[in-house]
Amino acid sequence: MKNLFASGHRACGGCGMAIAIKLILEATGENVFVVSPTGCLEIVSSPYPETSWRVPWIHSLFENAASVASGIEAGLKALGRKDEGKVLAIGGDGGTADIGMGALSGMFERGHDVTYICYDNEAYMNTGVQRSSMTPIGASATTTPAGKVSYGEIHPKKDLVSIAVAHGLGYVASASVGYAADLMDKVKKAVDHDGPSFIHLHSSCCTGWRHPSSKTVEVMRLAVLTGLWPLYEVVDGEVVNVKRLAKRLPVEDYLKTQGRFSHLFKTDEGAEVIRQIQAMADANAEQYGLDLDIEE
Amino acid sequence: MKLRIGAIADPGTSVVNLTGGWRTEIPRITPELCIRCFNCVIYCPESAVKYSDKEGIYFDYDYCKGCGICSNECSGHAIYMEMEEK
Ligand SMILES: Cc1ncc(C[n+]2csc(CCOP(=O)(O)OP(=O)(O)O)c2C)c(N)n1
Ligand code: SF4
Ligand code: SF4
Ligand code: SF4
Ligand SMILES: [Mg+2]
Repeated sequence: MKNLFASGHRACGGCGMAIAIKLILEATGENVFVVSPTGCLEIVSSPYPETSWRVPWIHSLFENAASVASGIEAGLKALGRKDEGKVLAIGGDGGTADIGMGALSGMFERGHDVTYICYDNEAYMNTGVQRSSMTPIGASATTTPAGKVSYGEIHPKKDLVSIAVAHGLGYVASASVGYAADLMDKVKKAVDHDGPSFIHLHSSCCTGWRHPSSKTVEVMRLAVLTGLWPLYEVVDGEVVNVKRLAKRLPVEDYLKTQGRFSHLFKTDEGAEVIRQIQAMADANAEQYGLDLDIEE
Repeated sequence: MKLRIGAIADPGTSVVNLTGGWRTEIPRITPELCIRCFNCVIYCPESAVKYSDKEGIYFDYDYCKGCGICSNECSGHAIYMEMEEK
């Protein structure tokens, strides 16, 4: 492996994001310029005067990674130096889907040749597991704590892939840290694509999701195998390369692995929320044609 | 320390931070069981699983945090975790 993300970083043991970064850089190679907004990735990789990055990397503000990436790309273009490398922005779900959404929309709209990867750990992890617009229904977060009066998060996740597709992007994909080869393949396609591209990457945070550190990859795979995290690409507006499932697992198989959902298994209201989550997986299966019909 | 506008660090300097001390469990391998699937190399968050033709799979204990992913993902059930006595 190229080891472009150096050891010694401060991510928790078993962090999905740390695996994600090493795989992303394995796929891009060293000729990239990377921007990251504030969040776990920035904090664990760059305690001054150290850095874990072995490629040019810059920390933006929490809200403007896409704008900084746009500026780098425009600068390389103006100087005639685009052959020196591709521009990549890698941000968390908060930095992307919440506070960075406007900057990202602008980058898409202006057509910058930037690959934006959102590692989605489904909350504001670095500041202590506050909910974001990407926290899934039923998850307990510190600002949506499950208890007597609440079953946790009540809103569904934003559909980031569709938001990107709606901007007319030529290459958009969902990916998972649990499927390394698929992820690296998609990163290569995204950076090779001319113009803006976007990857929505499911990335477990064992600390915030509350599962054993050894289970990170297994939990990521269960999200895919239950239909809660469909893997697909959208090329020029067409959904392609859907990962189909021979036998889709019940959502309980995913939910029961994590402490953030454990309250759902204790009450009648929780059981109702689990039925709602199963209905979301069923809707995904319908929308993306996930279920492989063995009879076919 | 002199303050400047912005801060620049040399590439890969976090290697001075030996994270092996975070570990409570330590991975060990039974080499005969390894089927060379390389899941351990691919998924270790610390890039602490190494391979050479001569030595096969081995660990860089300077950085291994003992998360147990390599063991959990090992196709050959060759990697097991042990409580580490310090
Ligand atoms: C303008 C601004 N508001 C708030 C913060 C505090 N802050 C730092 S990181 C963070 C959350 C990051 O969440 P996310 O983008 O999901 O990344 P994660 O830490 O989960 O990887 C917040 C709220 C900030 N740095 N800047
Ligand atoms: S809090 Fe979560 S995302 Fe942040 S370093 Fe720890 S495991 Fe990774
Ligand atoms: S226990 Fe975790 S950190 Fe240590 S070698 Fe295995 S995967 Fe890497
Ligand atoms: S995961 Fe197990 S079987 Fe695969 S290469 Fe590593 S030690 Fe060998
Ligand atoms: Mg987050």
